[in-house]
Amino acid sequence: MSVLTVQNSTPLCLLQDAGRFGVRHLGVTQGGALDWVSMSWANKLLNNPLDAAVIEVTLGGLTLVAEDDCCLALAGADLGAMLDERSIAPWRSFFISKGQQLRFTQPVSGARAYLAAPGGFDALGVLGSCATVGREGLGGLDGIGKALREGDRLRYSGMSFELHALPDQRVPDLADSRPLEVVLGAQIGQFSGVSLFDAFNSDWTLDSRADRMGMRLLGPELVYQGKPMISEGIPLGAIQVPPDGQPIVLLNDRQTIGGYPRLGALTPLSLARLAQKLPGSVVRMRAVVQEVAHREQVHCLEQLRRTF
Amino acid sequence: MNLRIEVVAIDCLMVRLFDTIDEANMPWMLAASLRLREGFGAHLIDLVPSYTTLMVHYDLMALAPQQAREVIVRALQGLSPDAARGGRQHVLPVWYDLSVGPELTLLSQRSGLSMVEVIKRHSQREYQVFALGFAPGFAFMGLVEEVLAAPRIKTPRKRVAAGSVGIAERQTAAYPLESPGGWNILGRTPARLFDREIEGYSLMAPGDTVRFAVIDHAEFIRLGGDDTPLEALT
Repeated sequence: MSVLTVQNSTPLCLLQDAGRFGVRHLGVTQGGALDWVSMSWANKLLNNPLDAAVIEVTLGGLTLVAEDDCCLALAGADLGAMLDERSIAPWRSFFISKGQQLRFTQPVSGARAYLAAPGGFDALGVLGSCATVGREGLGGLDGIGKALREGDRLRYSGMSFELHALPDQRVPDLADSRPLEVVLGAQIGQFSGVSLFDAFNSDWTLDSRADRMGMRLLGPELVYQGKPMISEGIPLGAIQVPPDGQPIVLLNDRQTIGGYPRLGALTPLSLARLAQKLPGSVVRMRAVVQEVAHREQVHCLEQLRRTF
Repeated sequence: MNLRIEVVAIDCLMVRLFDTIDEANMPWMLAASLRLREGFGAHLIDLVPSYTTLMVHYDLMALAPQQAREVIVRALQGLSPDAARGGRQHVLPVWYDLSVGPELTLLSQRSGLSMVEVIKRHSQREYQVFALGFAPGFAFMGLVEEVLAAPRIKTPRKRVAAGSVGIAERQTAAYPLESPGGWNILGRTPARLFDREIEGYSLMAPGDTVRFAVIDHAEFIRLGGDDTPLEALT
């Protein structure tokens, strides 16, 4: 058993995994790492299961001290990580010695970094997952939905002394400006023609009103002309349009059902890219056929499993 | 019933059975839920029921979209409502009091009924659980009598105590956990609504029926209720 002690943290430093499944009919949200691709790579670099428990650090502010010599892995955003006085770039595993301090200073590129430990961090699974959801009081180190706090001790049981780095061609480009891909939903035909044109031909700016439940996009007003909806299940990445016409992309901690009309839902790969964008970033959207998106996702998952 | 299957995401399909909220939908919804769970088996990730729809989230590594559609069509062939397999029946004890149910006044004014009569009308009816959502174990129930229907309060409260029982439009619900909320609150139940120690975690499930039983302060306390006034929380 090895330990990392938390010296400094923020409400945005959270224990996460792939999320909570099989309980959404009870009103329990999915939760889990927003950038699942980076979480998977962080784990893969240590030969962990892809969904082993990791730390999601949003924007920085986390400082850890090692109580043992070990090997950790970092993927996702470059949040200016420093191992004592040496900077640590993401997409690789690295050694940390007893007494050394690892701290995340500020965003250099991207928004969310994922830190993995050999075998995954130990945590009490609640309803099948350690994903931290404050609102529901579920997950995290103690199982009651708390973010990491000063004095917390992060334990892990695995061992790894083999360093890996992700080959350059596999490293996701966090500044990727390709349009986000949307699988169109059933209400798409009930938005005005102009709104449909605007949705897929305008720049959308990420609002500062963004959290793990959803990200609001600012741009032209989208007009829904259909009947009011009865609440129904909300998939990950659903783009709902409330009466003010400004779409909201619903993320891992979204409510399970809701009654706003939707353009469709972002693909998982687009969600991972969106999770790395800061407020003020500009994005575009484009439609993708469900079958095409499905093939791309299967290909990506197979590639993830095969690497190393 | 007019069954449709709609795309909602890369790995989710919406099974739409009805177009209006109706207590008579529930036997059909329950039967369809069971069939879909059996049909998808281990390839089902989540099945999210709501008033008129069932959202199927399946494992995309196991099923392509067209295959998932075929599973749904096969599973729902010859669907018939299963009246025998009704949900469970619950009785939720509620302490109706202004200190924990400040909108008793408003509901009384809106309806022209006395507070005692409002309490009586709310508690004498049997409600159906239509869906769980908003928060773990939060059951949307209905329908309350037309005369008690009321829109959500204008400014939602930042903190609504766990156990608070409220009305929004013609629906009623109890908050399992302390959370923000905009429902008209008329009382509080000491019942545990969502708890890891409960088999299945949530006391209520879609298709269950619920009655509210009026209890007094002493009984509320005896059952483990917390009588902190609602407005003291904010």
